Amino acid sequence: MDMTAERTDEYKSGSNLEKILRAGHFAVTGELGPPQGADAEVIHRKAQLLAGVVDAVNITDNQTAVARMSSIASGVLAMQDGLEPVIQMTCRDRNRLAMQSDLMGAYALGARNVLCLTGDHQSFGNHPTAKNVHDLDSIQLIQMVRRMRDEGVFQNGEQIKAGVPRFFIGGAINPFGDPFEFRPYRLAKKIAAGADFVQTQLIYDIPRFREFMKRVVDMGLHEKVYILAGVGPLKSSGMARYMRDQVPGMIVRDEYVDRMKGAIAGIPKEDKKARRKAWREMGIKICIEQIQEIMEIEGVAGIHIMAVEWEAAIKPIVEGAGLLPRPQVE
Amino acid sequence: MIVGEQKTLDEIMGLLGDAHKVLVAGCGTCVTVSFAGGEKEVGILASQLRMRSKLEGHPMEVDEVTVQRQCEWEYIDPLAPRLGEYDVILSLACGIGVQAMNERFPDSITLPGVNTVFLGMPVEQGIWEERCQACGDCILGLTAGICPIARCSKQLLNGPCGGSQNGVCEVNPDIPCAWQLIWERAVKLGREEWLLEIQPPKDWSKSRDGGPRKIVRDDLRLADME
Repeated sequence: MDMTAERTDEYKSGSNLEKILRAGHFAVTGELGPPQGADAEVIHRKAQLLAGVVDAVNITDNQTAVARMSSIASGVLAMQDGLEPVIQMTCRDRNRLAMQSDLMGAYALGARNVLCLTGDHQSFGNHPTAKNVHDLDSIQLIQMVRRMRDEGVFQNGEQIKAGVPRFFIGGAINPFGDPFEFRPYRLAKKIAAGADFVQTQLIYDIPRFREFMKRVVDMGLHEKVYILAGVGPLKSSGMARYMRDQVPGMIVRDEYVDRMKGAIAGIPKEDKKARRKAWREMGIKICIEQIQEIMEIEGVAGIHIMAVEWEAAIKPIVEGAGLLPRPQVE
Repeated sequence: MIVGEQKTLDEIMGLLGDAHKVLVAGCGTCVTVSFAGGEKEVGILASQLRMRSKLEGHPMEVDEVTVQRQCEWEYIDPLAPRLGEYDVILSLACGIGVQAMNERFPDSITLPGVNTVFLGMPVEQGIWEERCQACGDCILGLTAGICPIARCSKQLLNGPCGGSQNGVCEVNPDIPCAWQLIWERAVKLGREEWLLEIQPPKDWSKSRDGGPRKIVRDDLRLADME
């Protein structure tokens, strides 16, 4: 795929994720949530479940506005287990000084991918009385990281003095957010700002995602950015209902809620263990089917699997979708 | 206008402490229009304070006054001669009025009885909404006349976040998504192109982040003050 007007054979960042995508492989990324504490073992334990299973792993940044171990520190710990991190960075918690400082630090520690996000509002998390920052928005953050890499300058235009951080730059897109008509244009803005890849919100409405991708392909955007479709296994029918009814910016089709409900048909309510097992098997099964459906959609360059606090599900999903072993690109 | 909301009686009682003689001072401008601190609210609060303090066994003497604007010297200066009688002045003006009183009358203590909440307007009887953050660098010409600094929960400049759904903000379904409104208006005006350009990082130095702001208009200053 020709990704830039002035294509060179040099990689922008040299990250594994970039190499996999550039080589035309269907990429697989996962997600690892840092703990609400300082125990490095939690990261290592989760990382070991993902090593060799995904091309890179997103490390969430105070996800849902809950204070957790830093995404950069967690990413560096995960690297010790052979994982390549995608450092998530939200605009909620830092101003442009702190962001640039952290970007340089992350790069110096070996991180090569960054995902630029707005961030969930702090009212969702466990510090709802916090002040939010939003000095930059996610598009301005993408632009800043791109200019640091391609022009060697800070946000203020001054030259970076000792070592330019060269990241593979990601953004998020939500095909299920409104206004729907604006969403492809917002993607176009992220590309113009400098996004190399984007990952989508969790997809539980494939027809709407297909419609979104049709517009994206009609605009030619899929040729300018790698689009990774976001999926995740449902854990229970309650979780499916909750995501359908309560989570802003998500659409969950009833068929998934019904199938999760159907998974425990005939299992007595008291047998929690059996219900849990049946739910989880169904969640993984649905996720694999979704990946197979999504792989057929034009313009999709890879899959991003978000298994929140269920990292162990990722391997069976990737395996079940026929995406193991992961390709090696040198 | 500045929209305020009266503090609870409990909080006000706590602020007044053991004061015996209190002047409740209203303001005839913004807080009158937002029914938080005009002449009428001064009267009601003064009565509440008299009754409550009496019930609690330490009756306060509470006087009332409302000036046209507590944020201008010329309207508050006439209060000077009588302020010495009071232990405390309870201002029902916005934070500007409270500070003006404290600045002009440094020997008296003026306490706030109102929370200054936002710059906004009544959208219908009894409902006020925020419209402006006084960021010092108006961008309404680029955002279809709807301010994302004041009305987007994340102050985004380049379109809605992923939490906008069915026209409402992820923070609360009572908050219309500013970017949904902006997009709809731009479409209606045939000016979608306003929203397709990347807006650069905002210059927050013109906002409060640059420190307290000041405007000096030499053309308006009196010659003998220079």
